[in-house]
Amino acid sequence: MQFLQLIISGSAQGCIYGLIALGFVLIYKATETVTFAQGDLMMLGAFAGFVLMTLLGFPFWLSVLCSIAAMAVFGVLAERVVIRPVLGQPAFSIVMLTIGMAYIVRGLITMVPVIGTETHTLPVPYKDMTLRVGELVLAYEQLVVIGATALLCLGLYALFRYSKIGIAMQASSQNQIAAYYMGIPVQRLNGLVWGLAAAVAAIAGLLLAPITFVHANMGYIGLKAFPAAVVGGFGSLPGAIVGGLIIGIVESLSGFYLPEGFKDIAPYIVVLLMLMIKPNGLFGEKLRKKV
Amino acid sequence: MRFIFKTDYDQDIRIVKHGGQAFWYGLLGLFLLAAPWLLSEYMLAQLVFVLIYATVGLGLMLLAGFTGQFSIGHAAFLGVGAYTQAVLTNAGWPFPLALACSAGLSAIVGIVIGVPALRVKGIYLGIATLAFGFIVEEGLARWESVTGGNAGMHVKSPAMFGWVLDSNTEFYFLCLVVVVLSTLAILNLLRSPTGRAFVAIRDSEISAQSMGIHLARYKTTSFALSAALAGLGGALYAHKIKFLSPEQFSIIQSIDLLLMVVVGGLGSVHGVFLGAIFLITMPQLIAMGKDYLPDSVGQSPGLQAVVYGVVLVAFVMFEPHGLYGRWLKMRTYLQMFPFYRAGMFRRQKSFQKSDRLK
Repeated sequence: MQFLQLIISGSAQGCIYGLIALGFVLIYKATETVTFAQGDLMMLGAFAGFVLMTLLGFPFWLSVLCSIAAMAVFGVLAERVVIRPVLGQPAFSIVMLTIGMAYIVRGLITMVPVIGTETHTLPVPYKDMTLRVGELVLAYEQLVVIGATALLCLGLYALFRYSKIGIAMQASSQNQIAAYYMGIPVQRLNGLVWGLAAAVAAIAGLLLAPITFVHANMGYIGLKAFPAAVVGGFGSLPGAIVGGLIIGIVESLSGFYLPEGFKDIAPYIVVLLMLMIKPNGLFGEKLRKKV
Repeated sequence: MRFIFKTDYDQDIRIVKHGGQAFWYGLLGLFLLAAPWLLSEYMLAQLVFVLIYATVGLGLMLLAGFTGQFSIGHAAFLGVGAYTQAVLTNAGWPFPLALACSAGLSAIVGIVIGVPALRVKGIYLGIATLAFGFIVEEGLARWESVTGGNAGMHVKSPAMFGWVLDSNTEFYFLCLVVVVLSTLAILNLLRSPTGRAFVAIRDSEISAQSMGIHLARYKTTSFALSAALAGLGGALYAHKIKFLSPEQFSIIQSIDLLLMVVVGGLGSVHGVFLGAIFLITMPQLIAMGKDYLPDSVGQSPGLQAVVYGVVLVAFVMFEPHGLYGRWLKMRTYLQMFPFYRAGMFRRQKSFQKSDRLK
């Protein structure tokens, strides 16, 4: 029973990693940029939800929708203002750029008077409720995380499978120039992908907030989503979620069965092993440059 | 404008290209020799920090700027060097031996992390080094019998056969000697076949391989040398700061080191020193500027993060060659006055540069 309990709490945490990793992968597939700002976008989303719910007194559903929409707009703007001018520079410059963005976002949040430097709880309707199934005690917060992630995955799958825009995104991620020749507005799509990634980050933030707290440093969790993305294979959307689940479960099990200290580094040990054994990840495709 | 009349192939790889350089670097050398008597105690301490960070930066620049391998966990090597030095010095070893051991142990650790690096590229390598950095930090915190864990450990002054370098001036000269020697070593390395191989790997792995460069060997060499320099810097850092704790070697430190080489200018040795000066003076400038800002902004803990972030974004967007690139532009402007054109340093934009197929 203990084991099952650990698996479930691990998967809830893993879904969060998976959602953040999903953001990395979306952006990486579309623009070949690796972003370090995803964790801080998540933090921003959680703060947006918090401000709307408590200070402005919006109802729960409305504030969730509003913060997701606001983050999507933020993502599109960030792409337009900061990322697009430097596309074509070495990949590492762009990594540094997103690290800079993350610093700015985190620093600015702490400058907001009253709310910035404190930790808050997000008042969600399902706070502190538990579900008992036999001997299992399941927190609603964790179930909501797992359920919402599943729904989001279905939604994204449908988007990429059936909608015109999703297919265009796939095309431009496979070959930008060819997509451009087919009349796909590649640059506008890149903006939309950033918006989508920011919206996914906001959802992750809103799901994570009831489990932990809302505070300026919650974005550091984004660093654990990198292992998730790598384990799944950096260019694969289902891989991101599966990788996240693996990382979450490994973390939760090692926190219980291994000596203290292993919980924090277990994801990194997993990713190093993965890189040694199968550098392209579980679902990654192997590509070689032809000369 | 200076035109060098070349009569000998050796002139191409000479470290000092012309008399002007000899003059200015000689002057800089004289100033550095006289610094303990010219500068106040506080300024000297800052200068020591600049020298220490420059040592570490030389290593990172060799790896990131000249071999094109990015490490987001370089603080781990710094930590390994610092703790080795601390343990050995506290055990009473003479400092030159301890310094050599710190550099050597870091280099070995660098080879260990370099081995997976042979299979992974680009961002995967970044994540591997990031993961490695976290593991080392946690290891330092948990190996309490040696490192003192999170409680930290004190470091004695460097000593050799009864001679203790406990004054600031003596320690300054130790750092100066280390920095000058490592800079000369790097400059010599870069004009040797090994250094050329590094640059070739940075520019294109496939063409380097086709030219007969053994990728695995050179990448591992680069990691080892870079880690050794970081370890050396870490050893000096341990003596300067006198108290070590694992959180000094966290991801924040690694990002600071990257910030240093990016702001200084990737791919230039001058950039390391400019970056180190930037990294050390920036917190002071921020502290000075605080008084002129409203309280909610000036007293906020995030101010430094915002300033660092803005500087980083601004450099990547507007001056990708860093401080040294800016200096080159200014110098060319003056040398060619009034014939400088705005586009002289513009790089070609490449839209389809794909990392996926490397």
